[in-house]
Amino acid sequence: MRKRFGAVEVLKGVSLTAQTGDVISILGASGSGKSTFLRCINLLETPDDGVVAVAGETLQMRTRRDGRREAADNRQLDRMRSELGMVFQSFNLWSHMTILENLIEAPIHVQKRPRAEVVGEARALLEKVGIGDKASHYPAHLSGGQQQRAAIARALAMRPKVMLFDEPTSALDPELVGEVLRVMRKLAEEGRTMLVVTHEMGFARDVSSRVVFLHQGLVEAEGPPAELFNGGSNSERFGKFIAKQER
Amino acid sequence: MDTAFLLDTFLRLIAALPLTLEVWALSVVLGGFVALGVTAARLSGSAPLEWFARAYVFVFRGTPLLVQLFVVYYGLASFPAVRATFLWPLLRSAFFCATLSLALCTAAYQSEIFRMAVAGIPRGQIEAARACGMSRWVLFRRVIFPIALRLALPAYATELISMVKATALVSLVTLWDVMSVSLKIRNDTLVTYTPLLVAGAIYFVVNFLLARALAALEYVLSPHLRGRPLFNRAPDVL
Repeated sequence: MRKRFGAVEVLKGVSLTAQTGDVISILGASGSGKSTFLRCINLLETPDDGVVAVAGETLQMRTRRDGRREAADNRQLDRMRSELGMVFQSFNLWSHMTILENLIEAPIHVQKRPRAEVVGEARALLEKVGIGDKASHYPAHLSGGQQQRAAIARALAMRPKVMLFDEPTSALDPELVGEVLRVMRKLAEEGRTMLVVTHEMGFARDVSSRVVFLHQGLVEAEGPPAELFNGGSNSERFGKFIAKQER
Repeated sequence: MDTAFLLDTFLRLIAALPLTLEVWALSVVLGGFVALGVTAARLSGSAPLEWFARAYVFVFRGTPLLVQLFVVYYGLASFPAVRATFLWPLLRSAFFCATLSLALCTAAYQSEIFRMAVAGIPRGQIEAARACGMSRWVLFRRVIFPIALRLALPAYATELISMVKATALVSLVTLWDVMSVSLKIRNDTLVTYTPLLVAGAIYFVVNFLLARALAALEYVLSPHLRGRPLFNRAPDVL
């Protein structure tokens, strides 16, 4: 993937392959391009170069007359997006709907699944993330940690092939971070394929199967956490980065 | 206090109320449709359409409604070319001209209300909807329209109430609305206060009922804004 914003080239050529069941933590300083990279995967940002392929299907791109790239087939884009569940740093729950309505919205209106089935599954997911009693509440009535868990449940309700997490705990108070990480850990242990942009070193070290460290738009270090966190990478920058995080 | 006169005035003014309300309702609805078009042009991304929308709002917000009213009713009729077209039967009708003029004026204000309502939708919620795979149409129907509606309602209510009062101007283009009947009674009887105060009271009651109805609508549409806990609230909720 390559991506520039005006004169600034944020991604200078980053590639990633994930197998089913991989839990990949993407680390890096601010401005390293990690969030941009994640957002290029479901085309919330359009990469200037590069392709996205999910389960063997490649997203077709084309260039417009004014030089900008876009998805060639919007239907394919929407379908592939529905297979990639995304969890945002600022939760982004729909504020005018209850938690339950947030969960059933996309399965009913995008995937066209029957309502009864979707509602049953949604309630089960809310129980699973620990907020079963909040189904009829509105997002504004929940704490940050509860909202993020609801957002995770909303993404799960689409039965996605891959879950994308964009700094899921960065906007949370420290005491609420734990409850969200616990849910993510549970998902990882179930064998979900997850790509997580995070600053939580503990999660990266203990839960992920692979760690990718980005620096100024390029991959500086990549490998299993056991190796990378024990000084196994030849990247000095990575060593410094970890030292700073775990101050 | 001449109660017979008071009652007579009241009954005559009430008889004129349906016309006032007709002009109001038609101009607001027609203006609403025009406003949707103007807002769509403004948000279209096409430079000429955007320019047109901005010019439209600039002209119709920047000139007095009375001037616009006179231009449409008296002004257009003064051109022989206009009198020769097939539209003339419509354009010489005071009701049509008044409604058209009010509609064009309110469209400018309504368009700005729509535009700011759409701009006020938290971007993150739109991104979340797109990330779920919602098509543009589903996104509009399920996320953009409901949230924009709730954001627009307070300002829209103000505009609706404003338009009720604006209809008083049609008395100056030969329509027999509440205002013009009250002025006629004043001219005929030379009694100033009674007809004007009764007219004022009628407009007041209409606006009061309208305001209460819109407040009730706002209440019904915003359960998500009630009962929020004061502390430990998460960011970015509307």
